[in-house]
Amino acid sequence: MECVFGLVGNGFAIVAADSSAVHSILLHKNNEDKIMALDSHKLIAASGEPGDRVQFTEYVQKNVSLYQFRNGLPLTTAAAANFTRGELATALRKNPYSVNILMAGYDKEAGASLYYIDYIATLHKVDKGAFGYGSYFSLSTMDRHYRSDMTVEEAIELVDQCILEIRSRLVIAPPNFVIKIVDKDGAREYAWRMTVQDVTTAAV
Amino acid sequence: MSIFEYNGSAVVAMVGKNCFAIASDRRLGVQLQTIATDFKRISKIHDRVFIGLSGLATDVQTLYQRLVFRHKLYQLREERDMKPETFASLVSAILYEKRFGPYLCQPVIAGLGDDDKPFICTMDSIGAKELAKDFVVSGTASESLYGACEAMYKPDMEAEELFETISQALLSSVDRDCLSGWGGHVYVVTPTEVKERILKGRMD
Repeated sequence: MECVFGLVGNGFAIVAADSSAVHSILLHKNNEDKIMALDSHKLIAASGEPGDRVQFTEYVQKNVSLYQFRNGLPLTTAAAANFTRGELATALRKNPYSVNILMAGYDKEAGASLYYIDYIATLHKVDKGAFGYGSYFSLSTMDRHYRSDMTVEEAIELVDQCILEIRSRLVIAPPNFVIKIVDKDGAREYAWRMTVQDVTTAAV
Repeated sequence: MSIFEYNGSAVVAMVGKNCFAIASDRRLGVQLQTIATDFKRISKIHDRVFIGLSGLATDVQTLYQRLVFRHKLYQLREERDMKPETFASLVSAILYEKRFGPYLCQPVIAGLGDDDKPFICTMDSIGAKELAKDFVVSGTASESLYGACEAMYKPDMEAEELFETISQALLSSVDRDCLSGWGGHVYVVTPTEVKERILKGRMD
């Protein structure tokens, strides 16, 4: 039921993820942030087994930082994506991680890019990608409306259309989504799309 | 569904007069869902040897990286490129190393040997080589490809005619296979040049 999707626009990349932390039939929390910043200009949106998701993305984040400390230069998005794929591929036949990843980044030379890395370490550079049951709705919506030179406003409209489609057509649709963007000014949170918020209980 | 059919693929190679052609489809899927329509299955090892890998996409990428590594080492030690027959033996050995936990790929190797004699071969996922004088096929569309190639092939075709033949054989075969298609990628290699072309077929 985890929905993660993203697209590349004109000089930016946007990723959106649902924010439900689910255990069997129980929703633990509905504002879980599944999009982690690897460094100033990279985002990693992950879906899958919760323990693997957090542990593996933190592992990638720490190694990306280590590279930067050792070499004085940040990794490019392509290099970070290939490193991630390598770690998943090495672990695949020993102790596999069940994490699907969309890695979005901005490099000065290459511009904005989005990488699709699935849990069996298939890597592909894409313009639009999605994981989970939500992908059946978001990919089709993006296929219809996506253009490679979209502005941020147009892309957010498309993301909202995808979220609307998921909310109206997926049987156990996640209530809340987080949207993050990465462009030449860096990676940052763009917006939350909430339908259910935690209610603070009144003091008794 | 078998794990070999998880991503969907079609690769074919044909022999011509002092030239060869190797072609693949471009679909990257996850079972019934199409993720990308520009996936590269054929890779250049050096100017006169190409390898097309069908099967599970993650192993296609891992195996390609391992083979490029081994060929670069060979180039450093021997100060020359590998002959296609030698490369085929290398691929076979690497695949058999994993006999009881194999790479889930079926390679198609095509190259120009000494005296510009074209060489093609295919092997199964554990390295059983199959040499042929005319054409070799692999992937989810392999049965259709066998039929199409048998009908359309004739010996000693020149480069242009070989391109037409392999393209028609590939497109007509993948049109009967739901897991492969979305265009074609054809390399026609003669002693003097390598011509890479993208085919537009039925985009479904």
